[in-house]
Amino acid sequence: MYTAFKDHLANQLKEIEEAGLFKNERVIISPQGAEIELDTGRKVLNFCSNNYLGLSNNPDLIEAAKRALDDHGYGMSSVRFICGTTDLHKKLEKKIAGFFNTEDTILYAACFDANGGVFEPLLTSEDAIISDALNHASIIDGVRLCKAQRYRYENADMEDLETQLQLAQEQKFRLIVTDGVFSMDGNVAPLKKIVELANLYNAMVMVDESHSAGVVGETGRGVTELYDIMGQVEIITGTLGKAFGGAIGGFTTGRKEIIEFLRQRSRPYLFSNSIPPLVAAAGIKLVDMMTKTNTLQDKLHRNSEYFISRMTSLGFDIKPTKSAICAVMLYDARLSQEFAAKLLDEGIYVIGFYYPVVPKGQARIRVQLSAAHETEHLDKAIGAFGKIGKELGILKK
Amino acid sequence: MSYSNKVKDFYRHQLSEIQNAGIYKEERFIHSSQAADIEVEFPSGASVRKVINMCSNNYLGLSSHPEVLKAAHEGLEKRGYGMSSVRFICGTQDIHRELENRVTEFLGTEDTILFPSCMDANAGVFEAILTSEDIMISDRLVHASIIDGMRLCSAQHDTFKHSNMEHLEEKLQLHADKRIKLVITDGVFSMDGDLAKLDEMVQLCEKYDAMILVDDSHSSGFIGRTGRGTHEYFNAIGKIDIITTTFGKALGGASGGCVSGRKEIVQMCRQRARPYLFSNTISPVIIAGVLKVFDILSSSTERRDKLEINAAWWRKGLTEAGFIIKEGNSPIIPVMLFNAKLSQDFSKDLYNEGIYAIGFFFPVVPNGQARIRTQISAGHETHHLEKALNAFIKVGKKYEILGLTKEQITAKYGM
Amino acid sequence: MQRNGEKKSGIFPLLKMINSNTKPNCLLNMEDTKELVRNYVIREYLEEGEDITYDSPLISSGYVDSFSMVSLLVFLENKFKIKIPPEKATPEAFDSVNKIVELVNKYINK
Repeated sequence: MYTAFKDHLANQLKEIEEAGLFKNERVIISPQGAEIELDTGRKVLNFCSNNYLGLSNNPDLIEAAKRALDDHGYGMSSVRFICGTTDLHKKLEKKIAGFFNTEDTILYAACFDANGGVFEPLLTSEDAIISDALNHASIIDGVRLCKAQRYRYENADMEDLETQLQLAQEQKFRLIVTDGVFSMDGNVAPLKKIVELANLYNAMVMVDESHSAGVVGETGRGVTELYDIMGQVEIITGTLGKAFGGAIGGFTTGRKEIIEFLRQRSRPYLFSNSIPPLVAAAGIKLVDMMTKTNTLQDKLHRNSEYFISRMTSLGFDIKPTKSAICAVMLYDARLSQEFAAKLLDEGIYVIGFYYPVVPKGQARIRVQLSAAHETEHLDKAIGAFGKIGKELGILKK
Repeated sequence: MSYSNKVKDFYRHQLSEIQNAGIYKEERFIHSSQAADIEVEFPSGASVRKVINMCSNNYLGLSSHPEVLKAAHEGLEKRGYGMSSVRFICGTQDIHRELENRVTEFLGTEDTILFPSCMDANAGVFEAILTSEDIMISDRLVHASIIDGMRLCSAQHDTFKHSNMEHLEEKLQLHADKRIKLVITDGVFSMDGDLAKLDEMVQLCEKYDAMILVDDSHSSGFIGRTGRGTHEYFNAIGKIDIITTTFGKALGGASGGCVSGRKEIVQMCRQRARPYLFSNTISPVIIAGVLKVFDILSSSTERRDKLEINAAWWRKGLTEAGFIIKEGNSPIIPVMLFNAKLSQDFSKDLYNEGIYAIGFFFPVVPNGQARIRTQISAGHETHHLEKALNAFIKVGKKYEILGLTKEQITAKYGM
Repeated sequence: MQRNGEKKSGIFPLLKMINSNTKPNCLLNMEDTKELVRNYVIREYLEEGEDITYDSPLISSGYVDSFSMVSLLVFLENKFKIKIPPEKATPEAFDSVNKIVELVNKYINK
């Protein structure tokens, strides 16, 4: 039954390894934070988590989660519409809508599911989806599950977007979809221009704020805040699994009718488990924290500026970025892994990014800054990057 | 504004069509932990009622178990709230590995990979291992998440009549020329509660050199003598190439899923499965809870035994009272009402009697097949089931359906 | 499962033709094509005792759902050696034997 396939897969795995593309996991034995402990016993500085605001081990969130465990139990064991909705879920949905200045919110187990489940219910083969070429994999999968006509524009290329919008005039409804911050490069989508074009060509706009909520914008409300267009985008999808605590959970927030319709038809919502109350409770606490003060967002912005400017001065090839993502381009997959391994020896935890997460020949080390980083952490990382960069001949000595 | 009135009206219109067809889903709000007794607010704004829950996936009653809660508390303290990372970057703790090993041992497979949910496991597994030279041959009633996973895969696809082994054999013959044949089924089917004929399927797969995938979400923890799943029930441990299942039902109910099976298949998922590469790792607090669930299950079969007894009692009670139920050997027991509105009215009346069970109708089940899908739990005590049965009988009498056949019920209420 | 008295593993002419992979005789006329498709649908999707005409709604009646429709598509493509583009293989185009044959004829001469 399995023997022939086993050999086939074993060969495939060998090929992946030989091409230098095999992914190994490192094992961590501490909570997530600026400093983490590996199972080898080493303590290292983490520069590649989505823990942008340093909240993944925050005592207030933990306290809120614990209270919810005691009041509401561990799991819901149900999809939302059967017996999987508590007051905490509804409260979190309202809070998220308030935070993003939208009308309503629907929760999912992950933003991967939010994106997977948004297009199919809303659009038919008579409609058009116009998608940025570098959108996240989850958006690509969501679009693949939908029968709408597909248009694609080059990353952040507004002229190309306009061309696609013109072509899509023959469809009934048009939806432009873009990441807020592109996850592999760190650049911010030119959302103001996108909304202008959308108005001109009668299209709706959807933004995935997974790498921008909590990160970008004066109070961390994401790209719509950054460009002062809050409330002007029809659909925002986002996650609680990055800046907002890092546990699980995702959401779609936007116009009332759209959200209501998703509740009736979105497949991950209808067929997948409701998030546990402890996550909803921590989410509520988090939105309250974000609304009260900007200290974390400010620190993250300062850290990002500090790190990116110094890395650029050193001579590294950094993708243009306005977020907390700093993509250090190395191009060759094996080189990216070697660089990362040497950095680990210096006590800096990063990993090489290579195919299939980025295109072939575009390998990099994707550094992610956090409000949990202190200046001495940043200096240590910059020093290590400089040292290894010279050692491996990437920087001039 | 690009969200023109045209678009708004379009969705408003669609929503009122759903409402007019009587298939609008309303949310109900649970004010307590998930358990046999729950507190519900329905509709929104109504006063909270204490009712008996007959429709959760909390089969083993572990979703609020004190030991599981304690383990979750400890998990928060020791390993933090979230990882903010996908697995392969910095999202793997020792406890993730530990859980994978525990699942492998429990299911009797070679290796396991965790996913944020079984929905994601199903979405990712096919595309990671099959190409256009292969074929997926699925039962027609497989879960929606499997359907979506197959749609994302470039392999060819065919279906066979639900649980029809002759038809499956025909398909295996028809597609003999394909490189890989993967037969796909649920272990227990979620809407009808019947078990897949895994013994016959394994035989056919061996005969025609095909592989087999089973989604055991509604079996893991309680089907089979020690609750290992449908494959244990059919003495097929070690013969299933891929098992997908969830921790969001019997195994704690919080979140998480997995693919478990042949070593190379799991390894390929680690290298290629998109939800694994691009979605957040399961958070430590959840992992801690599931590990405790496995501790509880390995120490005794008490819970799954009680569940089996409860389910048998419930089936017998409903059948003797004159209800039409689907035959089966699982704790999913659909009470067939056929008409969508009847199922909703029945559910509302049950609610007034203190029983929480909701109507299932199109598109979740086919048109004309509406039902109340009851799900039994090890958390149910005899008094719960007795009260529930009495309520069902009382409401059944009100609608005069006890002892009627399908034709008689549909004649009375329409399809 | 028995159907109208024929044997389970039928040695039954039309069954053979349905299951064979050779292109039907190109002199197969419209009526025979419709009958071929109708019999396939009955065998593949209907329960014992159920029957359909060339005009019976297949998808909208629930006999064939959009998921299991793929089996019908596989049959048509193999049987008639055609390729139906995914955007044309819609529930509307497959909703009756007549409509299916109409669709098949569009691609059969390409």
